[in-house]
Amino acid sequence: MATSAPKHFNVIIIGAGPSGLSAAVRATEQNVDYLLVEAAPAPASTIRNYQRGKFVMSEPRGLPLRSTLPFTASLRETLLETWEKTITNFNVNVQYDTKVTGLKRGEKLLEVELADGEKLTANHVVLAMGVQGNLRKLEIPGGDLPQIQYQLDDPQAYQNETIVVVGGGDSGVENALALTGRNQIIILNREEDFSNCKDSNLSQLTDARKRGALDWLLETKPQSIEVNTKGEFPITVFANTLNGVERIPCHRVIARLGALPSRPLLESFGVGFSTPDLEALPQLSSHYESSIPGLYIIGALAGYPLIKQGINQGYEVIEYILGNPVEPADSNLLREKFANFCTDRGVEDVLEKIRKSVPLLAMLNTLQLRELVLESNILLPKAGDIIFKRNDYSTTFFFIVEGELDILIDDDDVPDGTLKAGEFFGELALVSGRRRAGTVRASQPCVLIETPRRVMQKLIDSVQSMRRILNEVAIKTIVHLCIGLSLSEKDLNDVANNATLKSYAAGEELFHEGDEADGLYLIQSGSVTVSRMIGGREVVLFYVAAGHYVGEMSLVSGEPRYATVRAAIATEAVLIEAGRMRDIIARNPEIRSELDARYLQHLQDNENRQQLESAFDSNNVASTKSTPSNLISFLIQQGVGEATDVLLIDESLCVRCNHCEQACADTHGGATRLDRDAGPIFANIRVPTSCRHCEHPHCMKDCPPDAIHRAPHGEVYIDDSCIGCGNCQQNCPYDVIQMSVIHDQPEPSIWQMLLGIQPKALPVEDGAKVAVKCDMCKDITGGPVCVRACPVGAALRVKPEELLSYASGHSGDSSLISSDEH
Amino acid sequence: MQHSNIFDYKRYRYFKLAVIIILIAFAAYLIFEPAVGHYGGSWLGYSLGTASAALVFLLAWYGVRKRRYRSSGTTQGWLSAHIYLGTALTFLATFHSGLHFGLNIHTVTYGILLVVVVSGFFGNYAYMIYPRLMTENMGEDNLDGLLLRIAESDKMARQIALLMPDDINDTVSRACRETSIGVSLLEQLKGFQPDCPSAMAVQELTMLGNDLPIEHRKLYRDLYSIMVRRESLVRRARQDLMYRARMGFWLYFHVPFAIALLMAMVSHVIAVFFYW
Ligand SMILES: Cc1cc2nc3c(=O)[nH]c(=O)nc-3n(C[C@H](O)[C@H](O)[C@H](O)COP(=O)(O)OP(=O)(O)OC[C@H]3O[C@@H](n4cnc5c(N)ncnc54)[C@H](O)[C@@H]3O)c2cc1C
Ligand code: HEM
Ligand code: SF4
Ligand code: SF4
Repeated sequence: MATSAPKHFNVIIIGAGPSGLSAAVRATEQNVDYLLVEAAPAPASTIRNYQRGKFVMSEPRGLPLRSTLPFTASLRETLLETWEKTITNFNVNVQYDTKVTGLKRGEKLLEVELADGEKLTANHVVLAMGVQGNLRKLEIPGGDLPQIQYQLDDPQAYQNETIVVVGGGDSGVENALALTGRNQIIILNREEDFSNCKDSNLSQLTDARKRGALDWLLETKPQSIEVNTKGEFPITVFANTLNGVERIPCHRVIARLGALPSRPLLESFGVGFSTPDLEALPQLSSHYESSIPGLYIIGALAGYPLIKQGINQGYEVIEYILGNPVEPADSNLLREKFANFCTDRGVEDVLEKIRKSVPLLAMLNTLQLRELVLESNILLPKAGDIIFKRNDYSTTFFFIVEGELDILIDDDDVPDGTLKAGEFFGELALVSGRRRAGTVRASQPCVLIETPRRVMQKLIDSVQSMRRILNEVAIKTIVHLCIGLSLSEKDLNDVANNATLKSYAAGEELFHEGDEADGLYLIQSGSVTVSRMIGGREVVLFYVAAGHYVGEMSLVSGEPRYATVRAAIATEAVLIEAGRMRDIIARNPEIRSELDARYLQHLQDNENRQQLESAFDSNNVASTKSTPSNLISFLIQQGVGEATDVLLIDESLCVRCNHCEQACADTHGGATRLDRDAGPIFANIRVPTSCRHCEHPHCMKDCPPDAIHRAPHGEVYIDDSCIGCGNCQQNCPYDVIQMSVIHDQPEPSIWQMLLGIQPKALPVEDGAKVAVKCDMCKDITGGPVCVRACPVGAALRVKPEELLSYASGHSGDSSLISSDEH
Repeated sequence: MQHSNIFDYKRYRYFKLAVIIILIAFAAYLIFEPAVGHYGGSWLGYSLGTASAALVFLLAWYGVRKRRYRSSGTTQGWLSAHIYLGTALTFLATFHSGLHFGLNIHTVTYGILLVVVVSGFFGNYAYMIYPRLMTENMGEDNLDGLLLRIAESDKMARQIALLMPDDINDTVSRACRETSIGVSLLEQLKGFQPDCPSAMAVQELTMLGNDLPIEHRKLYRDLYSIMVRRESLVRRARQDLMYRARMGFWLYFHVPFAIALLMAMVSHVIAVFFYW
């Protein structure tokens, strides 16, 4: 016979990570006919790739572990050993070095295709491939030689080698830097520069090259790799450079080409998604079944980023396949959540009730709803309780299950709107990341669900209908807030329905000085600068943050654009067309007078600013470069535009005593969270390496235990559920997060303080490294110690709204800026 | 937006306080002259003495407060008070003494006070001018970075010099070996090394480069530019160390003498009460 029929199993489990292993162990216990396939030569390649000696943590703490696959917080090595033992003890039917390349639904069975062309069939397939596996490979002749690697576990292991690093992204550059000093490094970068890298990596890289520690070739792609039979170098890389093909003999190639997103692979299997977002999660039933009957998806791939969640799902999915009812492992946690609310019913019933009362939540499937409730708080405010205040910095989102609430936007105590059961609020802070625009107060006893921004974001990415509704509402809210307090409901809806949402990249223009006025721009998220050409150069006049509008001047005067408006960071704005706006102005005298007032104010401010600029120009011949507007441009380049609070050091006062760092370290477990003498300087102002408390913190993006939060006053902080994965450190573009062991500091005696002697440090016990960053001393009365410890007042904190007044040296002169305080 | 320095802190709050204290003390001094002339034992003398002693303790407490990071308020406010009240103290103590000086513990105490005050004034001066100069010298670099780059240039220069004629090689390796950057405090305070080998090496290289064979030309140019860059790095590093030293060394007088002052003052008080 030419080909035998494909091997068949009841269940095929793909991926031997924690999720897949757990499923396999349960399948063994239940005597299921199954096969576990794993692409790597050993189990759990994601965990194997953690750095040596990493302490693996078992978040979420409250979640019970229900699988027989053991898992407690322990060292990576111990964990891997335990799992290998379990595999042997249970005689798990695993096949290593077996990569799955294709999967489809046949007539009756699921067909799985392996890399070597072999086919398998199964009644059920459990996909547990994680999200780390799909590293992009060098698809060139010789790309599979043993000297080519796609990971660098231990940079210390290589000495005196010539190493070619392919890839000019952060991971490639970081690997290259880690290898310098002991090895000869050449980076091949396909791009014309390293602009995709973080600034800190970039500057280290240029430094390293200046020192001659490494070299790079730009716009260069490897073409092939050949084995050398003679000589010191085992391989030669042939690279396509701008000047033709170059031969680079070397010992080793490290290729860091990034990971492929998992969506295209899943789509090639036929798995359905409900939005076109690359980040969207696959559609799943409450039993983890995808849109392909019989195909189940669990673990990181299904959107559950922690080991324990994956292990539990491995157990559950096998039970579901066998048709056994299991209560999900999180039911106990949910029961605790509902401890004060509807205690007379079962968890399922309460969820059903929530779904019935809030239409927006009815759009979610059961898994998504459970996840949302688990990550949320149930609030039971009494009549008169305040949910949040205007100008608070919280970014959570609220669903109203029962009760009614008032919205107070201005200072009088008269409600500007009401919210009813089934509705939701907080969507504006969700998009803008700025302060709350109004106060919300319960007018009856209520039941609310308070959901973190991250969870909402994930749902918006994955659930099309929810995204559409939230977008509509967000536009309406911003219109209402910026111009519409006195608008009739009909006008408001009319404006909102016809407004368009526009996105701008950092530096992009919304409109240009001299343009025809096309309408009014309401800044929904991000921030913009308003500038004019004065004396032949562009002078920044204002900085406008989210929640305000620009473009009213030409609307009022009917003249061409008076200034250029440019996005300071990635910005979204709602455009209300000029015609419609004029129409509204004509019919609403209140809006007209408000716009007029703004117009006059701006004219005045302009005049002041221009005077100031020219005063600086004429007084300060040597430093025309340090006029206020240039300082603002500089600060905005440093990312201050997306900051909510930033530490600056006035280098003309700073006596380099390092008390700021010392104070920070002493009050924060021995690790300072600011680096005073690193960071760019302009006109005596340094932006040191220290957290800016971004409006949309990049660091929060990808934190598996969701340990990064924002406190009501804007502080972004990390709580003690951090598992030390280092994602936030990678994600922060300002490089302000470090991994460090926290330990208490000894208290110095009075004499030691008087003489400035450091007490002997306590011996550092081995502890787990966790991410540490500035928390703006939110737990210390009196505020940030760095600023208060500075003897000369050189360290100061500014909010971007205060930038202009700071830069122009006018204390408290806030009329120059559009601040969203008062 | 608060951004004031130690002098105009809170609109000269402590300056005003100090002026008031001095004026009151001076007025009292003029108005109440005891029959035997001014001396520490009069009731006015006692009052001034007690106030001075209290101020000394308050000023010394600054050193402790400065390192109690959890306490409320700002260190800047404390320093502003420290400076102005320290100045006021000088007047108070002088009035207290009634200008009776002699070879005794009392006058020694006064002398120590003057050392503390004078060093304090120098400190102020240093805090006022050096930060700006330091920034101009260093820009965005820091000392560690400079020293690292100097070490790297040393390595590279030596490497290249090995391929060059002996005289060039000697010059370069001497420059690398003998350049010293602020080893002792004195050297740091001076901020230069007499006959700095790095500067001399650049000069010598300029002359040695004239009659080199063609094949050495390119190497020579590389070497020369490394050595020039290296020299300016060395100069900047020394400059930075100099500023640092000048901004810090006065504290070696200020703090020990402040403690000596505390002890002398206690002895002075005991002496007064026992031998009176
Ligand atoms: C640096 C770092 C630190 C972390 N620290 C922690 C921590 O302390 N605590 C914690 O709870 N979580 C931590 N996490 C998250 C945790 O690693 C993941 O949640 C977990 O590994 C997900 O398990 P999984 O089984 O779904 O996928 P994975 O563990 O990624 O396993 C997937 C497996 O499938 C295999 N595979 C992939 N593609 C194929 C294919 N086509 N064919 C066959 N096999 C394939 C892979 O080789 C891999 O072995 C950390 C993550 C990172 C990156
Ligand atoms: C009897 C009087 C004084 C006493 C007991 C005293 C004591 C002290 C002490 C203990 C410190 C702390 C040093 C440290 O630990 O870093 C200090 C710092 C200082 N003192 Fe004084 N001082 C006195 C007078 C003055 C005067 C008159 C001035 C200035 C006019 C002055 C200026 C300073 C300055 C500038 C500092 C440095 C601040 C810093 O870097 O934190 N002092 N003094
Ligand atoms: S850690 Fe980085 S990304 Fe996070 S808030 Fe601070 S500066 Fe922004
Ligand atoms: S505490 Fe102030 S003076 Fe001291 S190093 Fe920090 S910023 Fe500079």
